[in-house]
Amino acid sequence: MTAVVPDIAKPGFSFENCRRNAFLAQKGYAVPKATKTGTTIVGIIYKDGVILGADTRATEDTIVSDKNCSKIHYLSDNIYCCGAGTAADTEMTTQMISSQLQLHRLNTGRVVPVITANRLLKHMLFRYQGYIGAALVLGGVDSTGPHLYCIYPHGSSDKLPFTTMGSGSLAAMAVFETRWKPDMDEEEGKKLVRDAIAAGIFNDLGSGSNVDVCVIRKNNVDYIRPFDVANVKGQKQGSYVFDKGTTAVLSTRSIPVDIEDISITPIEPESMDTSS
Amino acid sequence: MSVDISQNGMFSRADYGISNFQPDWLNAEHSTGTSIMAVEFEGGVIVGADSRTTTGAYIANRVSDKLTRVTDYIYCCRSGSAADTQAIAEIVNYHLAFHRVELGEEPLVETAANVFRELCYNYRDTLTAGIIIGGWDKRKGGQVYCIPIGGMLVRQPVAIGGSGSTYVYGYVDANYKTKMTKDEAVKFVTNTLALAMARDGSSGGVIKLGVITEGGVENFTVLGDEIPKFYEG
Repeated sequence: MTAVVPDIAKPGFSFENCRRNAFLAQKGYAVPKATKTGTTIVGIIYKDGVILGADTRATEDTIVSDKNCSKIHYLSDNIYCCGAGTAADTEMTTQMISSQLQLHRLNTGRVVPVITANRLLKHMLFRYQGYIGAALVLGGVDSTGPHLYCIYPHGSSDKLPFTTMGSGSLAAMAVFETRWKPDMDEEEGKKLVRDAIAAGIFNDLGSGSNVDVCVIRKNNVDYIRPFDVANVKGQKQGSYVFDKGTTAVLSTRSIPVDIEDISITPIEPESMDTSS
Repeated sequence: MSVDISQNGMFSRADYGISNFQPDWLNAEHSTGTSIMAVEFEGGVIVGADSRTTTGAYIANRVSDKLTRVTDYIYCCRSGSAADTQAIAEIVNYHLAFHRVELGEEPLVETAANVFRELCYNYRDTLTAGIIIGGWDKRKGGQVYCIPIGGMLVRQPVAIGGSGSTYVYGYVDANYKTKMTKDEAVKFVTNTLALAMARDGSSGGVIKLGVITEGGVENFTVLGDEIPKFYEG
């Protein structure tokens, strides 16, 4: 049997299009953009723990690519993390840190503190100098109580009692700044988080669809997805299904296909080269 | 003393794709357009800072703490990129904690300042950090060291930094006195920061103070309605 051996490309990065791309960019052709999630994510500290919230819209430029995506990521049993920015980056970053936290828990035999998750995340993001486009809201409860952190793509972090992130952060922050107060009860807290996310959903084009909420208490977690369907789809007033025969058939014509030849070529499986 | 990135307008280190819905200042680097200060007085030092963290035109945090502990007796005031200065402070904290165990006593402020300088100078091409170090040790008492953006280290009896500092150099020159009492020094720092915060758009919020003496650190916060007021036109 013969086979056509393909030309094997030279290894390493090919720079051949760099000059052309720079020329095109200079001529006014826009550089293609990566997939991002215009997002509203929030977190608050309340009387018994932390409440995280997120919308569920994922966008690719102006197209809504997922109407019900999950933006509250699991880190450990007592720590969850909301992600905004490049969808792939938030997903992979939280998965990698989750794995490191699990190993840390197995090594120490203790419930991992939230500050450890914060440290690991900011170290990783700082090392990548902002090229990992992950903006995170990290929340959890440990032996020292509830904690909430806001982590930026360049690797800085803030410890706050309430925080918002993503393109809808301004709308959500406006809700928090008027209504947040210390030691709220759970129902009040969930309502506030819902309203902050709803503010993002309705006032920010990058955010939309449903509200997800995650309540983290001392000994258990409530992951409520969806917590609220902010945009209930309307019911159609009439039926648009037409009966068979609604459109009259004026004429029919059929062209039979003539089969001139049928051939079957069997392909022998090739054994793997194990000589070297 | 610091680069106020917010004033450079749309600053973004990486041009990763940004959704059409997001204004690009949302993705700009997080910076502490800041007013920070430290002053030596009879028996110790006062460190002070405003509490505003900005991302472009948005206040990302109005209650930030820019006074960061490096040892029990040494604090630093951070200005410039939040990510860079937090990372530096964390590394210095690690080195000095280790040094303290090896030494068996509290590290000198000069040592801390030199560890900061080593990092700021070696990585001067990639870092945006203006740091003021204030602390107390038993050899030289209260000391203030200043590391501006290129990584130079200088000891000064009084130092101001951040974007807000440019407005108050005259005030500091006119009102600084050697051998102030603790109360005089606290008043001096509070007034200077209040003036800087009033004129600088990227500074504001509350005033955070730290008084470092032989007895350790005392932290104070001057809240919005307690901040001294001056001519407001």
